[in-house]
Order: sequence, then structure tokens, then C-alpha cells
Amino acid sequence: MTKQKLVIIGAGMASGRVIEHLVETAPEAYDITLFNAEPRGNYNRIMLSPVLSGEKTYEEIVTHNGAFYAEHNVTCRFGERVVKIDRDLKVVEGENGHVPYDKLIFGTGSDPFMIPLPGHDLDGVIAYRDLEDTERMMALGPDNTCVVIGGGLLGLEAAAGMAARGVDVTVVHIMGHLMERQLDEAAGYLLKKSLEGKGIKIKLQANSKEILGEDGKVKALLLDDGTELPCDLLVMAVGIRPSVALAKEAGLAVGRGIHVDDQMMTSDENVFAVGECVEHDGALFGLVAPLYDQAKVLAQTLLGESAAFTPKVLSTKLKVTGCDLFSAGDFADGEGREDIVFRDPSRGVYKRLVIEGEKLIGAVMYGDTADGNWFFDKIKSGESIEEMRETLIFGPAYQGGATVDPLSAVAALPRDAEICGCNGICKGTIVDAIAGGATDLGAVRTTTKASGSCGTCTGLVEQLLQVTLGDTFQMPTAQPVCGCTDLSHEDVRRLIKSQELKSQPAVWQELGWTTPNGCHVCRPAVNFYLLADWPLEYQDDPQSRFVNERKHANIQKDGTFSVVPRMWGGITNPNELRAIADAADKYNVPTVKVTGGQRIDLLGVKSEDLPHIWADLNKAGLVSGHAYSKGLRTVKTCVGTDHCRFGTQDSTGLGIKLEKILWGSWTPHKVKLGVSGCPRNCAEATCKDIGVICVDSGYQIGIAGAAGMDVKETELLCQVPTEDECIDVIVAVTQAYRENAKYLDRIYKWVGKVGLDWVKETVVEDIENRRALVERFELSQSVYRKDPWAEHAREKAPSYAPLADLTPLAAE
Amino acid sequence: MNWIDIGHIEDVPVRGARLLKTPVGCIAVFRTAEAEVFAASNTCPHKHGPLVEGIVHGQKVTCPLHNWVFDLNTGEAQGADDGRIDTYPVRLDGDRILIDGNAVGQRSAA
Ligand code: SRM
Ligand SMILES: Cc1cc2nc3c(=O)[nH]c(=O)nc-3n(C[C@H](O)[C@H](O)[C@H](O)COP(=O)(O)OP(=O)(O)OC[C@H]3O[C@@H](n4cnc5c(N)ncnc54)[C@H](O)[C@@H]3O)c2cc1C
Ligand code: SF4
Ligand code: FES
Repeated sequence: MTKQKLVIIGAGMASGRVIEHLVETAPEAYDITLFNAEPRGNYNRIMLSPVLSGEKTYEEIVTHNGAFYAEHNVTCRFGERVVKIDRDLKVVEGENGHVPYDKLIFGTGSDPFMIPLPGHDLDGVIAYRDLEDTERMMALGPDNTCVVIGGGLLGLEAAAGMAARGVDVTVVHIMGHLMERQLDEAAGYLLKKSLEGKGIKIKLQANSKEILGEDGKVKALLLDDGTELPCDLLVMAVGIRPSVALAKEAGLAVGRGIHVDDQMMTSDENVFAVGECVEHDGALFGLVAPLYDQAKVLAQTLLGESAAFTPKVLSTKLKVTGCDLFSAGDFADGEGREDIVFRDPSRGVYKRLVIEGEKLIGAVMYGDTADGNWFFDKIKSGESIEEMRETLIFGPAYQGGATVDPLSAVAALPRDAEICGCNGICKGTIVDAIAGGATDLGAVRTTTKASGSCGTCTGLVEQLLQVTLGDTFQMPTAQPVCGCTDLSHEDVRRLIKSQELKSQPAVWQELGWTTPNGCHVCRPAVNFYLLADWPLEYQDDPQSRFVNERKHANIQKDGTFSVVPRMWGGITNPNELRAIADAADKYNVPTVKVTGGQRIDLLGVKSEDLPHIWADLNKAGLVSGHAYSKGLRTVKTCVGTDHCRFGTQDSTGLGIKLEKILWGSWTPHKVKLGVSGCPRNCAEATCKDIGVICVDSGYQIGIAGAAGMDVKETELLCQVPTEDECIDVIVAVTQAYRENAKYLDRIYKWVGKVGLDWVKETVVEDIENRRALVERFELSQSVYRKDPWAEHAREKAPSYAPLADLTPLAAE
Repeated sequence: MNWIDIGHIEDVPVRGARLLKTPVGCIAVFRTAEAEVFAASNTCPHKHGPLVEGIVHGQKVTCPLHNWVFDLNTGEAQGADDGRIDTYPVRLDGDRILIDGNAVGQRSAA
């Protein structure tokens, strides 16, 4: 039998396997010619990352060397690109000459996708695909900086490899967490933390705008928020596109990849394709496991055996030392699913299993991936896990044991974590006191002062007693936030501060949440705590807000909304009133009502009209009244010295000033103020959260009033002589409330817990502290003192309309 | 099935929803994770609260009016509450969201 001529384009990981199968099973069947654009033969591309980090050398990752090709008579045309194919004559044209074929294989792999940013063609902008790219990165040293665009598998391996060489690396990623295709947020958070531990800087939700250069060489990356990241090298690792140009030109059927059937045959019976260049049944490939299956099927097909390629479930690992992650299976689509979550904050472990019916269909884990393959087997086999459902997450070793320890978040705290904010007492001091014989709350209080002031850290001190003393201490049961955690609101607040948790995934992981991403009870609370404590670092999450705060309007029972513009201190003018009247006409507002808060409510506005009515109101200078917010609502005033014969101070003016300072700020619950010009109290200031009664000698500031479900008179906080001091005290008390109260406690409930005396001490007597509170409030307001209506009307209007309308047109 | 393209995945915020108007009524299209979508009736069986405005958590949504919680896989109300919302076949093709036109009363384009 004469040998058939087999030509292979591309010496990649897939074609390498095809050659192996062929020469092993039927060495006499084919005369093989192997083209490769890279000036070398087959090597293990995935091991470029260990080469980059210095854990391996290039020689160690070569899979087929000169001796192999010689032994099996493979004609090598390395460093030569195939430029054309003539399927009628059955000839391929390389850069150095023609070769005829009987059978032809495309193994051309993928081309890295380069975002066409201005400057993408500068010297020093590279992809991460081959040895040349790897060598460019290896040439960098400790004096160099590098920016990597892309926080997926490739980008992170590139970043870690360079960081291992001492390069100053920043990863810029467009999504909210790393490796979002393979990991969920919690695992992405842990990964980010470990990479940051290796000195890699990571910027999430960062949009690249332009690559800046100098003399044709890359100099920096410019983000669209104006940040400039200087770099000597810029690596783009944002994705790959199957390399199909040659196949397309040859007239083969090509979609996103080269179309192949289950036998790896293209639309031409003598031409085959394998690896990342193919599209099979609509799917593309980017990991080697399925490519190896394809290679086997192709070899069998070429030898006349019947074989068919079927895609299998995939698993992912990241080849970065110290970042133990594993993900497998399917997180998208599917009916009837359930999550099982396990977190061990002290060991930095996160595991999540996705179950559908009786089967395990997906797994993500971080920190402890020892059981990864056991889960992966369960996913692949599709066996019923019904019997072991309860203990499945603990893996094979624990079948029948182990439970999650509700105290692990506190156990995991470092000794220097601050437990008592009032007195600055750390965990170590408390644990030492307990060891020294302070075995109940009272004793800890007297020896350390912890939990002796405002008392909000009591729950944590009790948990420390339990952790240190074990069963000899009987824990009182505190009310947990919700079913997602055993911690109380107060515990969560303190731990966010002492552990410097700055994102929701950080809270879920470090505090051992039992659900993947919280629920409608805890998410709004945690979102508030984070934005109150880290105004600059944390970005408010609209998806963790009740609809009213997400859409900046109050939802009504029929799904329409109400719109309440601000009337500073209850003062308005003909222009504003005209704009309100016009808007009411234009948007067919069914009800216009004067509210109990001295302003006007437009009730019954449709969702899609909101951005437009706001834009119209904005034009007359009217802004959001936050009638929907856990934030400052109104400052009710009376006419005061301007008009009233009894007025002692400018109550209207002070009310307006206060409203202009406080508006936009988020608080644990709503905050309402009143300023009355004299003790006759026409502004009802004595039943507000904060109320001012003006008197001849100054301003009486009362707090903790209520007139809703409870009715309660304010308590006198202090009397101050000047308007400025009055404003300072009010701002400081608002900030103390923002920093310390439980979500959904009005001021009167909070003061009931911490005591009026504590508030007096921290806000009135401690002038230094008062000033610090005011400063922190101002810092937060530098972010939040703005009109959300204007912002939404400008940037988010389309999101208020339906996604699509499939109802038939009237004409149809 | 008759898959109809209704939008790009980024049009729906993660843990959020958008409204879809159809011949069978308003449907809420939920995005529960980077690449996970569900579709269900927008109307809460309790007092007709618009579920598209609810808080999305795990594979569930909480009604904005009185906090009933629904499983998006089955449409069943959770816990003590008794009720169900219709669910509709929806899937992702790359970045596009597709819904089954037959199920939402849309005649096939052919
Ligand atoms: C519009 C208004 C009634 C009116 O027509 O006057 C109003 C309307 C609502 N109030 Fe109120 N309250 C209004 C003044 C008041 C007042 C009087 C005041 O502010 O001087 C009170 C008593 C004072 C107080 O807050 O302590 C008041 C005590 C409440 C409460 C009970 C709060 C409490 O802690 O006890 C709620 C329920 C809640 O917030 O949880 C509430 C909740 C509501 C909500 C937001 C119910 C809801 O969650 O959907 C109502 C929205 C209706 C809508 O669809 O727009 N509203 N509400 C008033 C708007 C004032 C404004 O301009 O912003
Ligand atoms: C740094 C890195 C790390 C990776 N890590 C992993 C991992 O951990 N796990 C995993 O599963 N996958 C990993 N991958 C992906 C994996 O390497 C690819 O899936 C695999 O290499 C694809 O094999 P292939 O044979 O289809 O293409 P390739 O291996 O890319 O080979 C294609 C070859 O064809 C050549 N070629 C193209 N056009 C022509 C032409 N016209 N003429 C001649 N030659 C041509 C190219 O030069 C190239 O050498 C990684 C990839 C990289 C770059
Ligand atoms: S009192 Fe307030 S909450 Fe109650 S019905 Fe009237 S507006 Fe609504
Ligand atoms: S209308 Fe949905 S819970 Fe009441």
C-alpha cells in the first residue's frame, strides 16, 4: 500500500496529539508534513506560565523534539506559514514552496484578540500566546512596570509570572470580579486577596481608554476615569479568536470557527480540523482537555475507524502557586437548582456546589481544592448524590461528619483586630483578660473596659468568651441579621471595621455567610454598612437596595411611582410651582398632594417616564427629595424671625442650611429634622429624629423623637450659642448614627441602645471627636451629596424602559 | 422551540431584572449571575407586585411590595406563602438573551 500524503498546518497541542496517535497505531499509513508558523515544533503551550515564573525552562516543556520527528519521518517546515490552499489541485502553499496532500489537517489554533484601543500597535504592547511573548515578559526585571489588561486565566498567570520576577504588575479588569467566567464573586474575592498578597495590584471595573506612547513605544495605559498607569510593557489577555482566515479563503464552511462534524471533518471530505480553530455544534474550545479528545477522534477517523467527538464537562485550575482554585461544570442555565455553600474564614476556604435534582452539576472552590477531582467525578458521572446531600460539601473524607462552626469568623480574627471601638480594645487584650480569669461579660468589662461604653460590641465579646472558654461559657442568643449568618447586626458592623472588609464578597466570605450572595434582608444592610464605613473605597450596589432606593422614587401599590422634589426648608417659588404643574400635566399625573413634610408629591408616574419627568424638573432647579430613602428626608421649618412676631432666630434659614448640608447622605433609617423659631414649636421639632428649638440665647438641640408607629418627644442633647456650632453638633450626631446604628433603627431606637449619655460624651463633650465626625461626614458627602435624578436621567434612562416589547404591533 | 433574541446580557444588571412585554403579559427577565438568566411572570400572585423591581438573591426574587420570595427555577413561593408564578424558557447564546417565542405567544417569524 502506498503511503498517503498528510499535511498538517500548525504544530500545536492538538495536532501534536494527532501525530502521536497516528504513529503509534499505524506508523505506515501516512507521510506527514508539518507546517508551523512558530520557528519550532510542538511544545506544551500551557506550561509557558511556569516558564514565565521561572519554575520550568523551555526545554522542559518541549513535547516532541527533533529526534521524534526524524524517527517517525515527519517532514518539518517550522518557521514557515502556510499562505494558501488549492483544494482542487490538493496542494498547500507554504512561504517556501508547495506541498501536495491527500488529506489535510487544520490545527491553526487561535489568535489572541487585541482590543483596537488607540495605541494598540505601539512597541511593547503584546499578547500572551507563544514563546516570543513569554520571552518579552521574562526580559523584565525588578525595575520595570507592566500592565496586564484582562483578569482571566491567561492575564493572571502572566501577572503572577512577572510578579515572581519582581516586576511591578497591575491587572486591569473590566468586570466586577476576577475570572468571572469560571468563578463566582466569593472565590473571585479570595483570589484577588491572594494575588494582592503577592504584590500584584488589581483594578476591577476598570475600562481602558487609550494606550499612551512615546517615540513609538508604550508608556502608559489611560483608563476612562482618567487614571494613568505607567508601564514598560502592556500585555493584553482579553480573549482569543479561532484562527480561520486561511480556511475561509480556501472556501471551507466557517462560522466563528472552522465547522467540523463529529468526525472532525470540515465541509471538504479530505480536509479536517482540530483544536481551538474549530467550531463544533456551535461551541468553541479554549482548554486542552476537549482538544485531546478531538485529536483521538481525528486520528481514528484518518485510520478508517468509526469514532465520534462528544464534548464533556470541563474543569479549570489556575497555574499560580499559592492560589488554589478549582471550578468545574455548569453554573449557567438549567432548571431546579440548589446551592450548598461552605466557608471557613480562618483558613480562607470557600466551596460551593450546585445541585440539580439529585445530581451535582457544578463546583467552585478556593483555598482547599483537595476534593476537586472527587466532585468533578461526581459531576461527570451524573450519579445521584441524594444519599450524601447533607455532608457532600465536606468531601469524601468527611462523609457523615463535620459541621460549620458559627464562631469561626471571630476565631479567625487576628489579635490586633479592634473589638471595642469606643475604648480601642483589641481581641488580644480581651482574650488575655479572659485567660487571666475574667470569665464573664461583667468581668471583661471591668478589666478591659470593652463593651462598657455604647455596648454595641457586646455580642463579639461574648463570642470571644465562648471561643476562649468553650462550653463552660453559656452564650446568650443574639438575634442574627437573617438566615444567611449567625452574627447580629452589631457584630457585622464591628467586624467590617476591624477586619477592614470593603466589599460584599469580602463580608460573605470572611464572616462565613451560608448563602452564595445573601438575601433581601442582609444585602441592603451590608451595602449600607460598607458605604458608611468606606465611602471612597466601596461602590454602592443598586442591586442590594430596595426598589425605592434603586429607582429613586416610591413604588405604589399598582407598580407606578411617586415623585417628590426637594423644597429646601419648605420654601418654594412660582417658578418651581409652575414646573411642578407643567410636569403634572405633561406626564398625566393622577394625584398631586401636599405631603406631611412640607413639599409636593406627584403620585402615579410610570417607570419609563421617571427619567423624563426628572429631567424636566431639573431644568427648573428641582432635585430629588429622597422621599424614598433611608437618608435625609426633610427639614421642616417655621417662618421664624423673617416674618413671625415671636421668632427668636432665623429658623427657616437654619433649616435650609441643614438640608443643604445633609441631603444625599445615606443613614441606617430615614432622618427627619425640624427647626422651630421659638418654643411654640410650629415646625413640630420635638417629635423629629433631630429637632432644634430656637431661643433667645441660642439653639436647643433635641434628638430621638418619633411620630410614627411610636410617638416620642425628643430628649435634649445640648444647647449651643451659635448657628455654626448647632450645625456642627447636628452633623456630628448624624455621622455617629451612620457609623454605629443597626440598619433600620431610627435614631430614637439607636439612642435607646447606646444611651443619651454616650451620645453626649462623644458628640457634645469631646470636641476633638466632634470635629473628626464632621470631617468623616464631609468626606462621605464628597461622594453622595449629589442629585441622583440628574445622574439617572443622564446615564441610565434606557434601564427604566422595558428590555424589549414582543407584543404585536397594532397594524399586524 | 422558537428562540427570540431579546437583548444583550449587559442590558440586565447582575442580580437585577428587566421587563419584557409579550402577548401573554409582562415578563421579568432576571439575571442571577454573570451568565445566568431566568424569566418569569412579572406579576406577584399576592397583590400584583411587579417582581421586576424585587431584590434578586441566589436564584430567588423577593417581591418589592410585601416580601414574598419566589424560586425562579420553579416559580413557587417560598416558606409559608402559597402561590406560584409562571416561568418561561430562556437561555444565553454567547452574550445574547433568547426566550422561547412559542411560550410567550409570539408567532414564529417563518
Ligand atoms: C407622602 C407621605 C404622606 C403624605 O402624603 O403626607 C408619606 C408616605 C409614606 N410614608 Fe410616611 N409619609 C409622609 C410623612 C410621614 C410622617 C410625617 C412627617 O414626616 O412629618 C411620618 C411620621 C414621622 C416619623 O417619620 O416619625 C411618617 C411615618 C412613616 C412611617 C413610620 C416610621 C416609624 O419609624 O415609625 C413609615 C414606615 C417606615 O418608614 O418604615 C412611613 C412610610 C411611608 C411610605 C414610604 C410607605 C412605603 O414604604 O411605601 C409612604 C409612601 C407613599 C407613596 O407611595 O409615596 N411613613 N411619614 C409623607 C411624605 C413626607 C415627605 O415629604 O417626605
Ligand atoms: C500561556 C497559556 C496558558 C494556558 N494554560 C492552559 C491551561 O492551564 N489549561 C488548558 O486547558 N489550556 C491552557 N491554555 C490553552 C491551550 O494552550 C490551548 O487550548 C491549546 O494550545 C490549543 O491548541 P491548538 O493545537 O488548537 O493550537 P496551538 O497550540 O495554538 O497551535 C496552533 C499552531 O498553529 C500555528 N499556525 C497558525 N496558523 C498557521 C499557518 N497559517 N501556517 C503555519 N502554522 C500556523 C501557530 O503558530 C501555532 O503554533 C493556555 C494557553 C496559553 C497561551
Ligand atoms: S399613613 Fe403613611 S404608610 Fe400609612 S397609608 Fe398613609 S401614607 Fe401609607
Ligand atoms: S404583592 Fe408581592 S408580596 Fe404582596
